[in-house]
Amino acid sequence: MNVIVCLKRVPDVAEIDLQVDASGKSIKTEGLPYVLNDWDNYALEEAIRIKEKTGGKVYALTVGEEADEEVLRRALALGAEEALRVWDPSLREIDPYVIALLLSKTIKDNAIPFDLILTGVQAQDDGYAQVGPILAELLSIPHVTLVNRLELQEKRVKVKRELEGGLEEELEVELPALFTIQSGINEPRYVSILGIKRVAKKEIKVLDLSALKLDPGEVLPKIKVEKLFPPPVGKGAEILKGSLDEISEKLLEIFEKGGVI
Amino acid sequence: MGKVMVLVEHRKGEIREITYEMLKKAQELDKEVEAVLIGEDLSELKQKVRPYCSKLITVKIEGLNEFNSEPYQQILSQLLTQRKPKILLIGHSSQGMDLAPSLGVALGCGVITDVVDFGFQNGEVWAIRQVYGGKLSAKVKASSETVILTVRSGSFDPQGLLVLEGEEEEVSFPLAPFPYKRFLGFLEAPKAEVDITQADIIVSVGRGIGGPENIPLAEELAKALGGVLACSRPVVDKGWLPKERQVGTSGKTVKPKIYIALGISGAFQHVAGMKGAQMIIAVNKDPKAPIFNVAHYGIVGDVLQVIPNLLNKLKGRKK
Repeated sequence: MNVIVCLKRVPDVAEIDLQVDASGKSIKTEGLPYVLNDWDNYALEEAIRIKEKTGGKVYALTVGEEADEEVLRRALALGAEEALRVWDPSLREIDPYVIALLLSKTIKDNAIPFDLILTGVQAQDDGYAQVGPILAELLSIPHVTLVNRLELQEKRVKVKRELEGGLEEELEVELPALFTIQSGINEPRYVSILGIKRVAKKEIKVLDLSALKLDPGEVLPKIKVEKLFPPPVGKGAEILKGSLDEISEKLLEIFEKGGVI
Repeated sequence: MGKVMVLVEHRKGEIREITYEMLKKAQELDKEVEAVLIGEDLSELKQKVRPYCSKLITVKIEGLNEFNSEPYQQILSQLLTQRKPKILLIGHSSQGMDLAPSLGVALGCGVITDVVDFGFQNGEVWAIRQVYGGKLSAKVKASSETVILTVRSGSFDPQGLLVLEGEEEEVSFPLAPFPYKRFLGFLEAPKAEVDITQADIIVSVGRGIGGPENIPLAEELAKALGGVLACSRPVVDKGWLPKERQVGTSGKTVKPKIYIALGISGAFQHVAGMKGAQMIIAVNKDPKAPIFNVAHYGIVGDVLQVIPNLLNKLKGRKK
């Protein structure tokens, strides 16, 4: 089976004091570490597993600038056959609809043959959880979000979806279809630096708006970020300070007051 | 006609709490609140929602007891084209996440997901949502004729819902078959060996615990305090602890006397499952971690240093 997997490179903001830039609409990105979006990592692993099991090809797609090719290299190192990147300097305001539109045009114009399209459930930066289902709609194929198990059958797939509070549902879906992959569905394999070096020269197809026969006026966002700001913090925690010993002593006091010990 | 329409969320014959939360906010924005209820057996569900809206639109579909995004999308596309509310509210739940983005494409309208607040301004809809794991908030706008918002659960308190006793309007739309996605059934979580929801003291670990080799250390602390060990989602995803130990929206909701969060950043999905704890103590390396916004006491530091020291002190005290 042929699988398209859509990937996004995102800043890893754990332990980082994020700053809003002069536009007020985005963050200062200088010096931030970047990673493959966690959910996409699971989607990529799932795509590779399907290929290994059934044969066929994996196509990795991303919308972004040259630096974003890093995530495509990772896919190539894992065994993806082709990688495509979509970008155009005229793209300024991007929302999930624009990303999905570019991906759908890329898939159609390049006549990429696919049985399944996989994306992550959401991106760890903006967390919209929209690109996957929008892409499915633009391609007129069914979609299932929050998938935590895929069981391939002849022309269909049996999937498990994660609902709330530990509940799951089981669905049967006709192929071709799009699935947004939930974290924990598999155990993504490790990619060595050597493995990535090995595919450094492999071609990544780059497409701009004219290559996709799109006019900038057709690529307009449906929603716009007006500003970013620090979230309201409420009262916040009382931070216990001092040496490790002093902190432990304070904790013991708290436990004693709470009747724990 | 109201400006705000609410999609009623239900499962297994029960109205989901998010429905009332959305109705409450809708009532604050406009006295005219319309709700849409889609399903097969609606008689009991209707009674539970109709009091709180000025009009309840019901759409009865044979064989559609449980949610399926395909028929829902077909019905809502037609209903919204006809009624043109300014805002359609859908829960940011497993249902809303499956429905809202593609419905937005079908209608050509803007969709803002996972919002915690929203309103109108100069004919536009604005919404507040969290980005970068809760480290920043974003104000997002959309100006399409109808805007779809998916609402984060727990954002609005349903207490004080006004009783509007609206009328019911039964409508029907032509519905094409929906053969692509077939609902086979629900799968309940297996019975847990350890029921963390019953514990008074919970020691909970997140990604910051570093690796499976450090889990026994946290377990030891839990035992020393007479509590149980729980965790956040990444720990389950990585296979370090079983799913039954997971606290959060897709896991368990706990209300212990003391909740100790070790190396947990405090993503909304986790906080939703533990914010009811009487006392929350958080240890995290990142002073900006959102967990410190809900914790009563915080320690900025490495859990792998804090836990052994605390364990030593606890042992010393018992002697």
